[in-house]
Formats: sequence, structure tokens, C-alpha cells
Amino acid sequence: MENAGGFLPIIAVLPFLGALFPGLMIQAGRNTCAAFTAAPTILALILLLLSAPAVMRGDVLTFGIDWLPSLGLNVNFMLDGLGLLFAGMILGIGLLIILYARFYLSREDPMGQFYTYLLLFQGAMVGIVLSDNILLLLVFWELTSLSSFLLIGYWKHLPEGRQGARMALTVTGLGGLAMIAGMLILGDIAGSYDLSVILTQKDAIQASPMYLPALILILLGCFTKSAQFPFHFWLPHAMAAPTPVSAYLHSATMVKAGLFLMARMWPVLAGTPEWFWIVASTGLITMVMAAKIALFKDDLKALLAFSTVSHLGLITMLLGFGTKMAAVAAVFHIINHATFKAALFMTAGIIDHETHTRDIKRLGGLRHLMPITFGIATIAALSMAGVIPLNGFLSKEMMLEEATHTVWWGNPWLVPALATIGTLFSVAYSLRYIAHVFFGPERSDYPSHPHDPGFGMWAAPAFLVVLVIGIGVAPFLVEPLVKVTAGAVTGGGLPDFHLKIWHGLTLPLLLSGLAFLGGAILLALHAPLMRLWLATPRPEAKVIFDGITRAATRASTVLTDGVHNGALTRNGAIFAVTVIGAGLLAFTGGSMAEATRAPLPITMLPAIGWLLLVLATICLVAFHRNRFLALVLMGIVGLIVSMGFVYLSAPDLALTQISVEVVTIILLLLALNFLPRETPIESSVARRMRDAAIAVVGGVAVTGLTYAILLRDFAAESISVFHLANSYKGGGGTNVVNVILVDFRGFDTYGEIIVLGIAALVIFALTETVLKGPGGRWLSTWKAQRYAEAGDRHPLMMVVATRVMMPIALMVGAYIFLRGHNEPGGGFIAGLIVAIAFLMQYMASGFAWAESRQRVTYHATIGVGVLIASVTGIGAWLAGRPFLTSDYGYLHFPPIEEFEWATAMAFDTGVFLTVVGAVMLALNSLSSMARRTGETVNVFPMDINPARNDAPSEGEA
Amino acid sequence: MELLFASAIGLLTAGGLYLVLRLRSFPVIIGISLLSYAVNLFLFGTGRLVVDMPPVLQKGVETYTDPLPQALVLTAIVISFGMTAVVVMLALGSFLSSRDDSVNIGPETPPEQENEA
Repeated sequence: MENAGGFLPIIAVLPFLGALFPGLMIQAGRNTCAAFTAAPTILALILLLLSAPAVMRGDVLTFGIDWLPSLGLNVNFMLDGLGLLFAGMILGIGLLIILYARFYLSREDPMGQFYTYLLLFQGAMVGIVLSDNILLLLVFWELTSLSSFLLIGYWKHLPEGRQGARMALTVTGLGGLAMIAGMLILGDIAGSYDLSVILTQKDAIQASPMYLPALILILLGCFTKSAQFPFHFWLPHAMAAPTPVSAYLHSATMVKAGLFLMARMWPVLAGTPEWFWIVASTGLITMVMAAKIALFKDDLKALLAFSTVSHLGLITMLLGFGTKMAAVAAVFHIINHATFKAALFMTAGIIDHETHTRDIKRLGGLRHLMPITFGIATIAALSMAGVIPLNGFLSKEMMLEEATHTVWWGNPWLVPALATIGTLFSVAYSLRYIAHVFFGPERSDYPSHPHDPGFGMWAAPAFLVVLVIGIGVAPFLVEPLVKVTAGAVTGGGLPDFHLKIWHGLTLPLLLSGLAFLGGAILLALHAPLMRLWLATPRPEAKVIFDGITRAATRASTVLTDGVHNGALTRNGAIFAVTVIGAGLLAFTGGSMAEATRAPLPITMLPAIGWLLLVLATICLVAFHRNRFLALVLMGIVGLIVSMGFVYLSAPDLALTQISVEVVTIILLLLALNFLPRETPIESSVARRMRDAAIAVVGGVAVTGLTYAILLRDFAAESISVFHLANSYKGGGGTNVVNVILVDFRGFDTYGEIIVLGIAALVIFALTETVLKGPGGRWLSTWKAQRYAEAGDRHPLMMVVATRVMMPIALMVGAYIFLRGHNEPGGGFIAGLIVAIAFLMQYMASGFAWAESRQRVTYHATIGVGVLIASVTGIGAWLAGRPFLTSDYGYLHFPPIEEFEWATAMAFDTGVFLTVVGAVMLALNSLSSMARRTGETVNVFPMDINPARNDAPSEGEA
Repeated sequence: MELLFASAIGLLTAGGLYLVLRLRSFPVIIGISLLSYAVNLFLFGTGRLVVDMPPVLQKGVETYTDPLPQALVLTAIVISFGMTAVVVMLALGSFLSSRDDSVNIGPETPPEQENEA
């Protein structure tokens, strides 16, 4: 039956797909909306039932596709008895809830949203119980936290709803985080994230030293989800949700997810003393404590909420016992609790809906007014109390039976006694639900006159009550399901057992009788006990939770605002200190090998260069407030760096650096034209000392690092050897640097020119935006603030000189470009040189004058450059080789000497054009600002021309 | 020689860091440029320093400079120009739009004041 597993992903996906419809279908009416919500649920349920026979025979259906196999995250689904039971409950009760909610929600409630959230939640729950991969399970687990948040906070206008939703999300979300860690550890121990593998690794997991951490972390997830002490407090607050949500989340689904996971992991995690102590104790404490609180809650839903917590504690305790029969009892009680608790929540909803109150103090005497509701609620509540012959009785007896076999703190009587006390309280609050709501005198002051609701609303709880009676009277009907589920939980090897009502006069029956008697007495004494309860101070979970939340919020605000207050300088300082700290950590944490290279001798020339660099840098920092002077000094630094490259055998770098230097300085000069000329003194002395300290430490660190690297050889062999060996053979060029750029690492260069082009376009776009905004308006009135300028803006000598130099400069550019493959040069450098050649014209005669004589736009130049590079790269495909593979050969034109051609040359042309376009576009953008200030455009190339007869004034257009 | 090279990079870094931490955009730009020099030189230095070695393949020569850091630094120089240009435009645009070249923003950091204790 392996192929039947093909249904599993469909079952898991159906609710998610279905979630798309309610929001749309609400336009067609509320019935249609509900029908479209029910349809995917029914479909999924049918598919599940089709798969059921195989599971009941003992098969495990599986389905798997690889999603991220490298992470161990695969879409693997599995359906065994446990999954079948839970999926059946989720979908079955889900269907009843959909029906119930159709009549429960009022016209003002956005029903489409409700059903969408509900289906999302349903899908997440189904995903949890069908997952075979624990990472996939975690994904669904988090989805339940998120979708239950939406459901609990459905009534957005109610502050309790919002707070309850937030609390539920915080608690279950934090638990989920812990569980992620636990699951990762577990997967690490087992060597796989697939449950089917993990479940076979019991011995390895329990022997691992990481067993206890993994156990605790996973249990944190389970306990928060299943509202176990001390995380139980979120569940009562989640009662602010609409009742269908409470009925769904707190009977069959959300809170059972924790139990499900404990049951799922039972074969590998249970059976150790740690498991027993943590799980059984938590369950026991939760059961007794919550049962006691439930007795004193006047809100119907709060009563049911704490009773839920109590019953969850009961099941947790049974799972914690670690024996197989206890697991059977747990499974059986999961089924029984789901039936009676969902029915009870729905009756509470009906009462609320009809009387407009859930306060027990304002209710009573409803038995004649709402006979149907009375009947349903009574049967369900009696089952919760554990009365013969309802299903709650059966599982409670099994629980007491198991409790009598359990020794806790070395005492065989402690657990049975506490379990009986818990049961006693359970009887008391269950009876109270009946007695104080339905019995007693009829009242005249109900907020709304109650009567039974329509069939649609009581049909769902009535169906559940039929199950309650049916399972109670004829437990053999569910016995196969319980057996196959318990078999899946325990990993098989169950003792032979039969579910039956009458076991004879046993100790559990005696304890049950005691509990019933005690419960009835408690109820009789309820009024004085309630006064005592109210008089006793007790910790209020919400106050503590809110306090912790506030403290955490305050701490994070202080931290975030402290680090990230919008001040770039502070971020910069923190960044610098962090980097230095990280470096220091690495330095102290590692060891350093002995120096292997002998230092080069210091000669006169580099010493002079170094001295100039040091002087220029110090002066630059000292006089940086004079911005013009700072630029000059920066130019000096750049020049010395270029010369350093020459000295250290890197002519390509020297050429690039010096041309970039020229362009950068021109750019900064243009910008400075509009910026203030001086930087004011703003920082305090202390602040400057602090910055200086950071700077000095950073400088010393970089010096040390560089010095250490320079004196040591490569740790591994450098790939440069390959480049040197293959540059000529493979790339057809002797200038290895250029061959690396256009061939070996051509793809990098391709990316670089695109980035450069984008940078230029960004500059252009920024300029346009600024000029259109307030900046542009301000610029047009800027003239008044202009500084004194030279009278002769376009001097004769400069114009003439640049005109003469233009062809020479272009020739140099072409030369540098052409020889680039074999000698220092290439597209980058040639592009910069040509750009500088253009710039000289612009400087001499003004940007506007030069631009009006130019026919190609810079945008196009950039685009064509990138295109040429791309086409060259694609060309390699035509030859059946990867992108950017280059080829070369030789041409011979007599009488000229032999020429080498290489496709890399075409690529370099693209680089060249992009660089020219990008540089010119950047500068042109800046100059367009100058034109906005009303700067005149000259008609003539130079202001004063002896060959012209006109007056020596500015020629204005 | 190595010491000179390393200390020059350190000095450029220190100067760059100090200027980057100033409050106005122009010194910050100059600081970024100094840091660019330092980073480019550092990357270049990872090929180790050699003097008087051929960078271009020649017949009969066995040892060359390390071409790889050079190629990387060459593109780095061009890209740092692009970056500087963009930052200059940003600084200029923000100054023209708000008539303020302070780099810090936020209601609690008025342009004329210290933003930190």
C-alpha cells in the first residue's frame, strides 16, 4: 500500500489551498463561505479515511520528496496510527467547528477572515501530525503559533483579545524556539532529521550526553504549547477568542500538539528517569493545580480553560509514566477529552450567545429555558467528571489504575492520592458547570432572555455527545483505533488489553467513588470556599507576564536606541570598535607562525615617499577643516600611492590610480563648489580624543596585521602560479594583470563594469531628483551667495593648450588600450585617460559649451559598453563554450608587423566604453547643478580672443 | 621596507577612521577615500612586496610579481571611484535639499549639537 501515501501531501495542502476561498466567497453570502470552508476539510477527511484501512492494518504510509536535502529538510509525510487519530480529530472536529461557527458568528464579524484563519490553522495542525521530517514539523509548528495568534486575536476591537493573542504567541513562540534547538540536537544525535530514522535510534539518543539538553528543550516546546505548569497561564487568556476558536484550539488541536509531540517522541525519549521526573511531575502538578483553580472560576470559559489545562496535565502525566499501558490510557483520554471538551466549549458558546453572559453568578435555572443545551452540557460535563457509563469514566479509571502503580519520591501512595485529589476537583467543577448554570431558580435578570438555539448551532455538540455516550457504552468500537494509535506511540509490543466499563470492584473504582463523594461535598461547600479563595493572595500570571514583557521591551529599547539613534558617527564608532575587537579576539585566540620572509632593505627613494605620505596625511587630518586644502593634500596622498605602485612593480595599478586620482579630485572640486568651504568645530575635546583613540588603535592594528602578513609566505599555494603559466598559452597576452581582468576573471570584471554603470546612473538620477526638489529651487537663487570668481573663466592659454593636447591624449588612450593585453594598460586605464582628455576640454571652455558639441549621450556609451561586453561573452556560446571564454589568433598585414587579435579585446572595448561613459556621466551630472545656478553658457570657446573684434566681455547666450 | 609600507597603511587607516567619525559630510568623504587607499594598498600587499620584478611575461624570466592582487586592486580602485562619486552626490544632494551637511539625523541630534555624551 505504498502508493496510498500519495494522498498525504494532498491532505496537508488542501486546507492551505482552501484558505484562499473563504475571503473571496464571503461576497456570495455566509452559507457559501462556510460551504467553501467545509469543502476542503471534507475532501481531506475523505482522503484520510481512504488511507485509514491500511493504517488500521498496521501499515505506515509514507510520502517523500527532497526539498533541501543538504539541510536534511525534506517534504516527508508519514501516516501511522497516531497521525491518523490526530488528523481525524483535527479534520473531524474542524468540520463541526465550521458548522458551529457559521451560526455563532454575528453579521458584524468578518466571516471570510475567520474561515481563512481557521483553515490556515487546520492546515498547520494537519502538517504537524503528518510530518515525517522534524524540520518540516517545526515549520508547521511555528505556523500553528502564527495562525492561532490570528484566531485568538480575531476580535481585534477587544483589548483582551489582542493581549491574549500576544501572550499566546509569545509563550508558544518562545517554546517553539527552544524546540527548534532541541530538535536540531536530536537530529544531530540520530544522524537524520527523519522521524522514521530517529524513532529507531532510542539507545543512541538516550546514551548521548546531549540527551538531557535535547529533552528539556523539546519539552519546553511541548509544555508551552500544551499549557503545562508553569506555562499554563496563556490558555485562560486565550479565551478572549470567539468560542468556536476556543472549542477548536483547546479541545482537539493546538494544545494537543504538545501532547502529540510527546507521544510521537515517546519511543525514543521516554523510559528514562529524567523523562519520568520532568514529564510525570509536571503533568501531576498541572493536573491538580489547574483543577483547583477551575473550581473557583466564575467565567464559564475560564472554568473550561482551566479544566482543559488540568486534563492536559493528566495526559502529560500518563505519558510521563513511561509504561505502555499508561500510554494506552493517554491515547484513550486524548480521544475522550476531545469529544467532551469540544462539546462543552460549544455549549458555553451557546449559553453566551443566548444569554449574553458567561458569568456563572448571573446564570442558573436554565434547564427549562434551554432543555437541549442542558441535555448536551450535562452529558458532556458528567463525562468530564468521570461518571459511569460515559467515556470520561473509562479513561479516568485507567489513569487511576496506572497511578496506583506509580512510585513517586519513594512513596507508592503519593501519586494515587494526588491523582484522586485532582479527580475530586474535576468532579466538583464539572458538577458546578451543571448545577450553577442549569439548576437553581429561574432568574428574571438574564442580560438577554435565553432559549435554545437553532439546530445548526446545537448539531455539532449533539453529535459529539453521541460519541461521548457511544464510546462509553461500547468502548470496543474505538478499541482498534486506540490499539493502533497506542502501538504507534509505544513502538509496538503492547500487552493484550480490552477497553471495558466494568473491571470489578477495584482500587481505582474505590478512588473514583471517593473523588465523586468529595467533589459533591466540595460543591456543597462552594460558597464559603469561594470566599476563602478570594481572600487568599495568589500570584497573578498576567501581571508577572506583563512585567517581564515590559522589562524586556525597555531593555531592548535602551539597547537599540543606544546603538542605533540615527547618528551615523555613533554607528561608525561602534562599527570600528567592533571590527577592532573582533580582530583582537582572533589575534589573541590564534597563534602566529614565525616570520619566513626577509624584509626588503629601506632605500632612500621609498623613505622619501613614505615621509611625504606621512606628512600629507597628518596635515590632512590636522587641517581638514579647510576643505580646499584638504583636497590638495588628498591629491598628494593619491600621487604618492601611485608612485608606490610604480616602485613596487605594479605599473597597471599606478596608471589606474593616477588617472582615478585626477577624476576624483575634479569631482570633489565640483562638489565643493556648492558645499561650505570650512568645516566648523563642533565636537568637544573629549569627543575628538575618543575618535583619535579609536583611529590610533585601528591604525596600529592595521599596521600590525599588514606587517605580519608581509613577513610571511602564503599559507597555501597561490593560484597566481596558474595565471602566470596560462596567461600567454591560454589567454594570448603577456600582461597577466590584464589577462586576469578580461579573461580569467572576466566575469568579475563584467560585474564590475555593470556596477560602475549603475553607480553613474544613480548619480544621474540623484541629480535629477535634487534639481527637481527644494535643492534645485534653492540653487537657482544661489547666485547671491557666490564667492568671488576669476574674471576670465575660460582662459585663452588653457583653451589652446587643451585643443592641442586633445588628439595627443586620445592617441595615448588608444595606445594604452591596444597594448593592454601585452603591456601595462587596458580598457580601464584607457577609459580613464580618454575621460580625462574630454574633461580638459570641459574645463577649458565650460561643460555646456563642450556638451553642445557632443553627439553621443553618456547613457548610451555606458549601455553600448555593457552590451559589447555581453555580446563578446555570449559569442563564446556560439563556439559551444561557456560564457566569456576567450579566443585569440594572429593577423598579418604586410608591410605592417604581425597583429594579435583576441576576443578579449572586444570585451576590453566594452570595459573602456563603460568607464568613459560612467566617469563622464558622473561629472556631467555635477556640472548640470552649476548650470542651474544661472551660470552662463558661453558662445565662444574662450572669453578673450585676440582674433575677435568684440569687447572683452563674457559672451552670453 | 615592509615596515614603511605597513605603517603607511596604518596611518592612512587612522586618518581615515578619524575623519569618518566627523560630523560633516565632506570630511567623511575624505575619510572614506583615505580608507580606500589603505584597503587597496593592503590588498595589494597580500601579494607580498617585490621591487624590480617584471610584471609582464618575458622570455627567460622565471619570477614575476603576483598578478592576482594587482588585478583585484585595479578593479577595486575603479569601483571605489564609483562609490566615492555616489557618496559625493548623496552628500551634495542632501546639503542642497536641506542646507545642512551634517551626517547625523534624528530629532535628538540637532545639526549644531553634539549627539553623544
